[in-house]
Amino acid sequence: MIPELGQITLALALALALVQGILPLWGAQRGVSSWIALARPLARLQTVALALAFALLTYSFLIHDFSVAYVAHNSNTRLPTQYLVSAVWGAHEGSLLLWALILSAWGSAVAYFSRSVPDVVVARVLGVLGLVGVGFLLFMILTSNPFDRLVPSPMEGRDLNPLLQDPGLVIHPPMLYMGYVGFAIPFAFAVAAMIGGQLDAAWARWSRPWTHAAWIFLTLGIALGSWWAYYELGWGGWWFWDPVENASFLPWLVGTALMHSLAVTEKRGAFKAWTVLLAIFAFSLSLLGTFLVRSGVLTSVHAFASDPGRGVFILMFLFAVVGSSLLLYAIRANEIKSSVRFEMLSRETFLLLNNAILLVATVAVLLGTLYPLIADALQLGKISVGRPYFDTVFMILTLPLVALVGIGSISRWKRDSGERLWKRLRLPALVALVLATAHSLLLVPFFNPLTLLGMALGLWVVASTLTALRDRMRPHNNLRHIPRGFWGMALGHLGLAVFVIGVTMVETYSVEKDIRLAPGETYAMGEYSFEFKGVDTVTGPNYTAFEGAVVARHGEREIAQLTPQKRTYLVQKMPMTEAAIDAGLFRDLYVALGEDLGDGAWSLRVYHKPFIRWIWLGTLIMALGGLIAATDRRYRALARRAAPTAGATGTARG
Amino acid sequence: MKARHKRFGFIVLGLAILAVAATLVLKALEGNLSYFFSPTEVTEGKAPADHVFRLGGMVEEGSVQRARGDLTVNFVVTDHHKTIKVAYSGILPDLFEEGQGVIAQGRLGPDGTFVAEEVLAKHDENYMPPEVAHAMKAGEQARMQGTLAEQKL
Repeated sequence: MIPELGQITLALALALALVQGILPLWGAQRGVSSWIALARPLARLQTVALALAFALLTYSFLIHDFSVAYVAHNSNTRLPTQYLVSAVWGAHEGSLLLWALILSAWGSAVAYFSRSVPDVVVARVLGVLGLVGVGFLLFMILTSNPFDRLVPSPMEGRDLNPLLQDPGLVIHPPMLYMGYVGFAIPFAFAVAAMIGGQLDAAWARWSRPWTHAAWIFLTLGIALGSWWAYYELGWGGWWFWDPVENASFLPWLVGTALMHSLAVTEKRGAFKAWTVLLAIFAFSLSLLGTFLVRSGVLTSVHAFASDPGRGVFILMFLFAVVGSSLLLYAIRANEIKSSVRFEMLSRETFLLLNNAILLVATVAVLLGTLYPLIADALQLGKISVGRPYFDTVFMILTLPLVALVGIGSISRWKRDSGERLWKRLRLPALVALVLATAHSLLLVPFFNPLTLLGMALGLWVVASTLTALRDRMRPHNNLRHIPRGFWGMALGHLGLAVFVIGVTMVETYSVEKDIRLAPGETYAMGEYSFEFKGVDTVTGPNYTAFEGAVVARHGEREIAQLTPQKRTYLVQKMPMTEAAIDAGLFRDLYVALGEDLGDGAWSLRVYHKPFIRWIWLGTLIMALGGLIAATDRRYRALARRAAPTAGATGTARG
Repeated sequence: MKARHKRFGFIVLGLAILAVAATLVLKALEGNLSYFFSPTEVTEGKAPADHVFRLGGMVEEGSVQRARGDLTVNFVVTDHHKTIKVAYSGILPDLFEEGQGVIAQGRLGPDGTFVAEEVLAKHDENYMPPEVAHAMKAGEQARMQGTLAEQKL
């Protein structure tokens, strides 16, 4: 009964999305105000229907209704409750439902927060979102229905993939989806503006906070994924350039470019056409990410059992979305004129460079990700692109970007002088160089030119951002004079600096050893030593495990008792490594069990990872910056001012 | 500076950056490609002798041997037609198992043993990397043809 109810709510959501995708758009074109007025209630109703469907699926998990195929395949009576809930989005069908729910929730949020935006614009935006929703719901209902019954229903479920039974994985997918799907909002605003033919600074201002919001979630989602991979996969790396990681990183890169370009469009009215294009790209790359993850065309950590039929559907959907929006762009592009002038040396130029670099980096990552697919399709053989490609190319392309961050955030709109910039920036540059050199000579195990470069760039961003903040405090030397938007930018850049410093240290000074240890043996690693006490057996709720005991010491002082585990889950018989980590702000000690080598001896991975926390700390600071920028007063202030004129601009093209 | 000159400057600058970036990207891509070969293809000499490539197939039952004292492990990868010996030093992934799919990245040694730098196993019990599936199918076909040829003889 419950699953059938779920089917009905899904069908209802599809019907609502269909109406939401047609009537408001049509109404906006024809100036039918009653149809325009339908947009908001429809968006809310769709969210209610999908929330209900989601609740019903969750309920099916909680009562172990194994007559539902998705529940039977992804849970078990012995699965702990929190993982029963997270199993709802633990595999393909459920994650699509979550996706659709989030999409409609974003839509409802637009309906709620954009009360001051002209109704006709909101109608178009929600209409576009409705059409996107139709695509997703059709995909789910036709190829991957989470409520499909399993006949005969089994007595016991197959359990959730053990890799996913982890707190990090409970929140990682929802965060990531909030980000992915969130870029549907700037996309919808861009398409709506193109349909309406009003590509002024107003649409940039409306979509800015939404872009920030999507970007925040995507940033957090990616960071969580990286953190999860670090402690759960047992390899101790923080980024693998795995196709699916790239799939989330590509929209992030373009989204970051979009945030910066929106700033220019809003403040200066320049880059209008370009910004629209970026909004289209950011969402298209989110869809491409879905295609890559769900079609099974790629070999990847994340490519769990998948189905080519689904890939074809998403590919068609992708073509429909990209094709129609680019067509619309082609028709409207010549009407979009940015007649604003700016000098070669100006903030506009620096933001243009930011965009150029981010886009080139995006293309490079995209090329490396898709090359194996293209080669396979052209019968050139089965190729994979090695990690060094991404590491080298991405680093070389983005180092100039980090250097430009400092200049860009202090430069002036329209025109600036090299002399002024030099005066403002020579002190930060000097400070960064001196500190980085001192660090490289005194504080690290050995000299490495890349460390010097990375530290100098990181410190340069810190020093120049602080200078920019001090400049902004004028004329009264009061921190309150700095608007939130500027704080957001400063924090975002400081986060980047922390991230760069973290990456520099981790990549240069990590020590990773795979070793064989018998009980009682000690392994020395620099100032640290690891004493292996042996391995015992322990039992968890749905697994048994070998648990190693390792005592970590710094000199003579004991700093941690580490208990890495090697689990075997009872249902899927899948072995899983649980690393033991002694975390610290300046270094992590990481121990993972390898294999039983007989006579009580085991192979172990023993890692020393300096500054690795800075990588995630940096992304957290960036996300915080995004949050502060998104809540800048002027978005609300503008909202209030725009309210009375809403009716006037409302049905301009009626 | 006139607007026309300025725009020209921007375009030249943009093109120069693009050219540099494109060269860099393509060079790096060229140097980091690794091709996939099945044991049959490696036996036929299709795999490069001096370049990293990936070998995929099934780990042959009963073939995994651990050396005593260090972390060296030897196993045999098969596509049910031909087999290749693999040597690896390090910790194998959790899901590495005899009779299961595996992909190893490394080089072919002078004695025909594949020296792996990295060993990847699948991440889900139902999942088979597409390359391995492809290699197994090709191996199966080659074996069928082999038996047919023998019958004709």
